Amino acid sequence: MTLEFLLEPLQYDFMTRALLVSALVGTVCAVLSCFVILKGWSLMGDAVSHAVLPGVVISYLLGLPFVIGAFFFGLVTVSAIGFIQSRSRVKEDTVIGVVFTALFALGLVMISKISSEVHLSHILFGDVLGIGDSELWQTVIAGTIALIVTLLLRKDLLLYVFDPTHARSIGLNTGVLNYVLLTMLALTIVTALQTVGVILVVAMLITPGATAYLLTDKFSKMLWIAVACGILSAVIGTYGSYFLDGATGACIVLVQSLFFLLAFIFAPKHGQLARRRQQMAERADELGEGGPPAAPRPVLTRVRASGKTEASD
Amino acid sequence: MTHKQVIALDVNNVSVAYGGGRLALRQASLQVQGGSVCGLVGMNGSGKSTLFKTVMGFLPPLRGTVQVFGQPVIRAQKAGLIAYVPQSEDVDWNFPVSVREVVMMGRQGKMGWLRRPNAVDETLVEESLERVGMSAFMNRQIGELSGGQRKRAFLARALAQEGRLLLLDEPFGGVDVGTSEAIIALMGELRREGRSMLVSTHDLGTLETFCDEVALIADRTVLLYGPTDEVLTADNLAATFGGRSPLHAQPSAKRVEVRP
Ligand SMILES: Nc1ncnc2c1ncn2[C@@H]1O[C@H](COP(=O)(O)OP(=O)(O)OP(=O)(O)O)[C@@H](O)[C@H]1O
Ligand SMILES: [Mg+2]
Repeated sequence: MTLEFLLEPLQYDFMTRALLVSALVGTVCAVLSCFVILKGWSLMGDAVSHAVLPGVVISYLLGLPFVIGAFFFGLVTVSAIGFIQSRSRVKEDTVIGVVFTALFALGLVMISKISSEVHLSHILFGDVLGIGDSELWQTVIAGTIALIVTLLLRKDLLLYVFDPTHARSIGLNTGVLNYVLLTMLALTIVTALQTVGVILVVAMLITPGATAYLLTDKFSKMLWIAVACGILSAVIGTYGSYFLDGATGACIVLVQSLFFLLAFIFAPKHGQLARRRQQMAERADELGEGGPPAAPRPVLTRVRASGKTEASD
Repeated sequence: MTHKQVIALDVNNVSVAYGGGRLALRQASLQVQGGSVCGLVGMNGSGKSTLFKTVMGFLPPLRGTVQVFGQPVIRAQKAGLIAYVPQSEDVDWNFPVSVREVVMMGRQGKMGWLRRPNAVDETLVEESLERVGMSAFMNRQIGELSGGQRKRAFLARALAQEGRLLLLDEPFGGVDVGTSEAIIALMGELRREGRSMLVSTHDLGTLETFCDEVALIADRTVLLYGPTDEVLTADNLAATFGGRSPLHAQPSAKRVEVRP
């Protein structure tokens, strides 16, 4: 492979745009993913990303920017889940499943009714190589807002995720923090729609965070590692998809999964190899202590019954 | 001492329920004077932890009021007046935070809106860790501690908060003798600094060493509260623990009138 061959994609305007957009999306999603995996909201992320579909279709029909409809339906999903959960005995994951599949199905029905002239497959599977001007701006604006708000509030969000009781006890409004985090989740999903599509967005929202979580025990480092993972995989994936001619979103997700796999095996402390090494070291330690047999320890003679009568009550 | 004039905690005729009908606290009243330590004693399930949660505003009272230094609880929390250490921490022990960062969370309410710790915060965190003997562990991930060490870490966080009222729900649960002596000594220091404390415990033997006042709680209400030596009589403890006093060999004749 020559350098020329590798640089070839960069001479196309659509390629540089795609690379920039996917790098931004990778960054925003990576930051959110740290909170999502710590809060245990993977399913919530999957739910919101599927449930925005009707919003996208409606904004298309009304000629609105797609982010508006998608974001609106993201909030509807989150509120519906919260509402139903607080008023019924059904468990949270069940409620999430019921709500998002209903909205996703609604979206599919809508698409099938209008599909004759419209192609919304780029929303289902993403198409960052074909991103238009308007979509580019929508993505950049939504992504920048989500990134800035999340980063500015990261300390309070982190405290809320770690220990909501303490957050309340120092006077933070945990109800507001909960909704801020959910809103940022919805906004991030909207940002990533154009790049990876409804179906794979959730990977962007959990894999970088999960990879980073395996690599460090410090949250500040976790953020940086996740962002590095997010950007790198976005760029490599987009680049790779040029040569494969398509399926950019899927390529990005594949690269991310590869990073996760590497971390799972090679992470310095929590990886499989490190764990094996620890176990071996512990065993060696245990056997090595053999040496000269230790003098038999005095065994405490069993205390004899002291003549107390049985407790009678 | 000026602290003695104010009432640090005033729980007035409070009832709460967890949802599900049964009251978890029935018309309980309790006062903690400024600068004093109040012990909270009662059987399992008598409502001690519930009382703490009510004071913190986690359970909204069905009737009655709670005031901290003459203010509603939320105002007092925002002003950083209250520090609370629950009976057991309900957190994810694999969370990527160090002991030091957890203690720093005690300072978070007092930082600017960007939540950047300043030199004072750093010093306070280190001092707090020092006071509970956890300095050596400050860079450990929070889950890499024993149960008693975890308790001490969260106690350090409460210290770092510099609250004027400390609510400690069973600080001696699951800690060794040395640690519980250290905690008692620490409470003595805090008391001399003028802080007020409400401390629940099952360790009746040590009550007199650190409490100015004691509140007896039984069957989801406060039976009585008052100066330690007046409250800790055989009859009162018998009434609290349903039968015989765990502290006294034989019931004594002295009797304190139960407050309504
Ligand atoms: N989350 C809850 N939901 C419903 N009822 C509860 C809940 N927590 C406690 N209770 C009930 O409220 C009553 C008081 O419980 P509480 O936890 O205050 O007891 P406690 O005095 O702290 O006991 P312990 O000494 O075991 O800590 C008990 O009867 C208990 O069953
Ligand atoms: Mg309790």
